[in-house]
Amino acid sequence: MPRVDFERDLRQLQDDLLFLGSMVEKAIAKALDALKRRDFSASQEVLEEDNIIDRKRFEIEEKCIDLIATQQPLARDLRILITVLHVAVELERMGDYAEGIAKISLNMGDEAPLKPLIDIPRMGELAAKMLRQSLDAFVNRDIVGAHSVSEADDEVDALYEQVYRELLTFMIEDPSKVKRATYLLWVSHDLERIADRATNIAERVVYLVTGKLVEMKTSKY
Amino acid sequence: MVQSQQESETLEPVAGQSQSDENVLAARNLSVWYGNFRAVRDINLDVKRNSVLALIGPSGCGKSTLLRCFNRMNDLVLNSRVEGQIIYNGTDLYAPSTDSTEVRARVGMVFQKPNPFPKTIFENVAFGLRVNGFKGNLQEAVERSLRQSALWEEVKDRLNSSALELSGGQQQRLCIARALAVEPEVILMDEPCSALDPVATLAIEDLIRQLVAKYTIIIVTHNMQQAARVSHETAFLMVGEDRAGYLVEMDATDKIFTNPSHEQTEAYITGRFS
Amino acid sequence: MATNPSIQEQLNPRLSYRKKLGSVVYFLLLAAVLVGIVSLIVLLARILFEGIPWLSWHFISDYPSRFPERAGLKSALFGTLWIMGLVAAFTIPIGVGAAVYLEEYSPKNWFSNIIEVNISNLAGVPSIVYGLLGLALFVQWMAIGRTVLAGALTLTLLVLPIIILASREAIRGVPDAYRQAGYALGADQWQVVRRIVLPSALPGILTGTILALSRAIGEAAPVIAISALVYLTFVPTDPLDRFTVLPIQIYTWVSRPQDEFRGLAAAGIIVLLVILLSMNAIAIYLRNKYQQRSRE
Repeated sequence: MPRVDFERDLRQLQDDLLFLGSMVEKAIAKALDALKRRDFSASQEVLEEDNIIDRKRFEIEEKCIDLIATQQPLARDLRILITVLHVAVELERMGDYAEGIAKISLNMGDEAPLKPLIDIPRMGELAAKMLRQSLDAFVNRDIVGAHSVSEADDEVDALYEQVYRELLTFMIEDPSKVKRATYLLWVSHDLERIADRATNIAERVVYLVTGKLVEMKTSKY
Repeated sequence: MVQSQQESETLEPVAGQSQSDENVLAARNLSVWYGNFRAVRDINLDVKRNSVLALIGPSGCGKSTLLRCFNRMNDLVLNSRVEGQIIYNGTDLYAPSTDSTEVRARVGMVFQKPNPFPKTIFENVAFGLRVNGFKGNLQEAVERSLRQSALWEEVKDRLNSSALELSGGQQQRLCIARALAVEPEVILMDEPCSALDPVATLAIEDLIRQLVAKYTIIIVTHNMQQAARVSHETAFLMVGEDRAGYLVEMDATDKIFTNPSHEQTEAYITGRFS
Repeated sequence: MATNPSIQEQLNPRLSYRKKLGSVVYFLLLAAVLVGIVSLIVLLARILFEGIPWLSWHFISDYPSRFPERAGLKSALFGTLWIMGLVAAFTIPIGVGAAVYLEEYSPKNWFSNIIEVNISNLAGVPSIVYGLLGLALFVQWMAIGRTVLAGALTLTLLVLPIIILASREAIRGVPDAYRQAGYALGADQWQVVRRIVLPSALPGILTGTILALSRAIGEAAPVIAISALVYLTFVPTDPLDRFTVLPIQIYTWVSRPQDEFRGLAAAGIIVLLVILLSMNAIAIYLRNKYQQRSRE
């Protein structure tokens, strides 16, 4: 009894999750790009597309619950479903951070960014890469890949610290820049959180493969 | 306990077998033969005191045969032969000096289909006490067993009516009470819920979890969820190329059901076994 | 579309033919039953018609006589009761014991197979053969004489196979699950047999035994070989007395030339039938009673 239907549903569910991942990845890139180009309509689109991400996440959750209720999954099947359930939540939260960045961009209005955006897009790229890597590790059941995600998080943390100090200096030197500095601080904070959540996904991959729940690395932030 | 008041007549310690107090039963290189056919091969496992051990595996993997070694019920099968040892509190149950009826008074058994005797409820529970020459207060002992098996309230007013009037679930709890009456240390259960409806099944499972405070229970089950619900440890048996059952792995139940070590266990419990 | 005709189209149910055939078979089977029942009713009616006028208290309490109006069957009735009691006393322990041994104790090998086949064969041996065996074995060789004891022993041989077979059947009917449960509680073999197997098999054993006993008291042939006495004017008082039984008494009356004795024979048959039917009734009653106790 190879459980053909259940196998198909499990595969479909994992495909759905990867699709959600690609949506989130696009949202992050688009939000940063819109911020950089001061493109309000693009930011607006990110806000709207986040609703689709939210719906997709619930869809995945419901499918997981259905399968748990009807198929009594055990062992690897159970771990796959639990992992998908958690990762879907992580991805949806990442989507919310992208939405947050889009909102900041809209709030900034006509004000020019405090400084040219160099480190922040770099953070964004790193975070997006971590997300890709963590999902690749999920697909390939790859513990080594999962660990490299948590190592990349150090880099993001380092960049975040750098951006933070820089913006702090701006604020101390000239209190009138506090508002504009804060906008960027929020953006960089959102990106740092995205990277942390990619690490969470990597932790779930470790659970999926080994059955062990481990905290990979405590982020400084 | 009834037992502790009485010295064993036939159970003698095995020389050189030191067994920690933690384990009440152990199988050592155990093989069972029916004529020329080896039903189980080279089983080694330990059963922790006051725990529930579930034996799972596909049909024909010898889990019932293994179970029936622990109280020497296999002796009743024609041409059956046991190699290796079953160590019970440091004594070998298959030593030539061991009396199988004494073993069975200490290791009780509950069967797949409820099989109360066609006698009254009282006489069913009293049976084991009577055949083993119990000299104490029979009424009290029967009541105690029925209370332990959560049946007392349901039958206290009709102890003298036939056990066969009870529902299937009640009959199975009566069979458990009957096994408990002589206060064995271990209770073997051979698919005790396979003939019961879901409600009666859950009642038996509740009972098993209560009984484990006082007894050690080994249960054979085809129902994976049941094994997951009631047992502390799970042993997975497979059928080999030679059609003999062997132990694939034994581990904590939550480990077996979330992340078993062997691919075969994984395939079996996730229903990918063919 | 050139498709093959569907299976449904190719069916030819011939419903009316099947219905007719069904009712023909039904009536043939019913007729087969009626042949037996009707002839039995005719026989009974004739016996009752001829015998009832001769039934009276003195018919039961008087000894046989040359004069039909004074003749009774006291000696035969008591002979039958004696035989019944002794046969029961001999066959029950031996028959049930043998059945228990064969079902519960004997190892399954060629020896037990031979015993089994022989017991089944013995149940089919004609009763006169047992009579001749009893004559040679008990009456002459063991020199017991033509006594109640010799008759009872002979009939014991006759019905023993039946009781063994019936008891084995009853013991085999006890679910193995009961034995397993007994052993699992630390009972040994004898405790399992005595406390579980025998009580559960009792209704079947009783029924078989009573039916076998009623066969014993209905038999004439072996008793004629043993007793040979057809005219007795005393009741046996111990097992070494001489005796006669109802079937023999009936047989002698039938063979008398006078018509009146045929009436007496019919009356004797009624008495014998009453005894047989009440034994069967007891058997049915006991079976139902114990079955209720064990099945409800």
